[in-house]
Amino acid sequence: MKKKKSTIRESYNDRILLILIYFYLSVITLVVLYPLVYIVSASISSPEAVTAGQVWLWPVDFSLEGYKEVLNNSSVMRGFRNSILYTIGYTFIAVFLTIIFAYPLSRKNFYGKKILMIFILFTMLFYGGLIPEYLVVQRLGMLDTPWAILIPKAIAVWQVIIARTFFQASIPEELVEASEMDGCSSIKFLWHVVIPLSKPIIAVLALMYAVFQWNSYFDAMIFLRTEDLFPLQLELREILITQTQSGGNLDIAEQQRRQQLANLMQYSLIVVSSIPVLIIYPFAQKYFVKGMLLGSVKG
Amino acid sequence: MEQSLDQSKEIKKVTQRHLAKRSFQRHWQLYLLMMLPVLYFVIFKYIPMFGAVIAFKDYNVVQGIIGSPWVGWKHFENFFNNPVAWDLIRNTFLLSVFQLAVTFPLPILLALSLNEIKDGIFKRSVQTLTYAPYFISTVIIVSMLILMLSPRTGIVNDLLGLVGIDAINFLGQADMFRSIFVWSDAWQVTGYSAIIYLAALAGIDRQQYEAAKIDGASRLQKIWNIDIPGIMPTIVIILILSVGNLMAIGFEKVYLLQNPLNLSTSEILQTYVYKMGIINANFSFATAVGLFNSIINLILLVIVNSVAKKISGNGLW
Repeated sequence: MKKKKSTIRESYNDRILLILIYFYLSVITLVVLYPLVYIVSASISSPEAVTAGQVWLWPVDFSLEGYKEVLNNSSVMRGFRNSILYTIGYTFIAVFLTIIFAYPLSRKNFYGKKILMIFILFTMLFYGGLIPEYLVVQRLGMLDTPWAILIPKAIAVWQVIIARTFFQASIPEELVEASEMDGCSSIKFLWHVVIPLSKPIIAVLALMYAVFQWNSYFDAMIFLRTEDLFPLQLELREILITQTQSGGNLDIAEQQRRQQLANLMQYSLIVVSSIPVLIIYPFAQKYFVKGMLLGSVKG
Repeated sequence: MEQSLDQSKEIKKVTQRHLAKRSFQRHWQLYLLMMLPVLYFVIFKYIPMFGAVIAFKDYNVVQGIIGSPWVGWKHFENFFNNPVAWDLIRNTFLLSVFQLAVTFPLPILLALSLNEIKDGIFKRSVQTLTYAPYFISTVIIVSMLILMLSPRTGIVNDLLGLVGIDAINFLGQADMFRSIFVWSDAWQVTGYSAIIYLAALAGIDRQQYEAAKIDGASRLQKIWNIDIPGIMPTIVIILILSVGNLMAIGFEKVYLLQNPLNLSTSEILQTYVYKMGIINANFSFATAVGLFNSIINLILLVIVNSVAKKISGNGLW
């Protein structure tokens, strides 16, 4: 209502500014959109058309060759399976640890919570370094095991803060006291009352952790040697980046064969590997926004 | 006077102890449960911090972190005496500053613009679409860059060819590396980073707009005098956080974009630490370089925080 009134009285300059804003937003959106459309179009065009540069917006010579190649590629499929397992396992561990840490920190008279907050916030300020971190993982015997993917990044400080803010706001102290009066233990309360009441925040945490794990390659590159354990992102790096950037010391014929294979399936590979994220994107968008807002409340 | 002060201190101590005891009695299960995440932070965050002492030692696997012999500043001296050091520091610094200069203002501009238009399909589509690239993995972003910028088959060179420009090997040119890195980053995160400013804008008191309308303020005046001051605290916090991370730039992406041809601008401190430490197993030396990097970050954060506090009254602590 209010807005309508103001448009009627809008001055000439205001209208020009508004047109400029619409123009600017349209340009930004097109710039963001174009590469995505191009990749999808290229992935369903014939490899010849792509190589010849005929595809620039819409698919040319519709073909699913690339997708067939991706589905027949055993290392891609293995990576896909590994990534699903890592993502599920990691998300469970991370959400669990985050909740059992954030909930006590949200209680008003939980003694020591100030020190514990400083204890975790300090880790955001100062980083021990890649090498000492690597040596710890090595010392624990986790190198080249799935644990190296599941454990070392299991809690993010930011997520603890988000969860704590949520618990502070939505689990009132009176509820805790009432349940204590009834003889309910802290763990029982956490399990039967807090968790059912916290589904939105659990969704936020789970999505953030899951997307992080699905998209990460770096820990796997450092900690894993056995190809059978590689997550999808690491396989993608091998196929899409390492092999196209430099042939290494492979012989020419092998190089050419790989080049052709890569050409054939690289666009479809990009699409396939992003599908899980695209599926959850509608939910993720909503919950990520929520998460960011919770995290930005200082408290 | 002194006595009463002592007394009140004493009372405070007693009540503190009392509070602690009550809290432990009441929440002992939570304390027990919490051991697990606390242990996580000790093992994966604090032990590496102490493990960083190997920067001052000659680490070897047999003697371990504690047993290895002390060598003082040897590794730091080796690093700074190597001319490569200054190239690395310069590369890291330039890349970070360039990135900050681009990716810091763009989300603010986007949020201010989105705030001006009415809710509806257009606004929602712009938000949804600009936000989407945030969810694409670094590996995929870099793959897309390689594919699209390829000199032989890339779409960018195809389009340039149409207007008669010869093919450019973008990723093979050292002087283009920073632009590619920074602008692709802007492409990926601008929409996401705008969210926080949009939230701050939504939190501005409506009465201010009413008053501005009565005074006959133009749109631009309203943005300048209400919107921007309204989100200033958020802007300051985000700026502090970004400057604090200035030298901790997106290592994963830099590493993937590297190739022998662009190394003269794309080799930064962290990629160097990775190569020296993990690949060459030169643990102590690499730790020294990494420690240098972490300390610069910490110093930057402290400086920016205190400057921001003086100027705007807002800070992280």
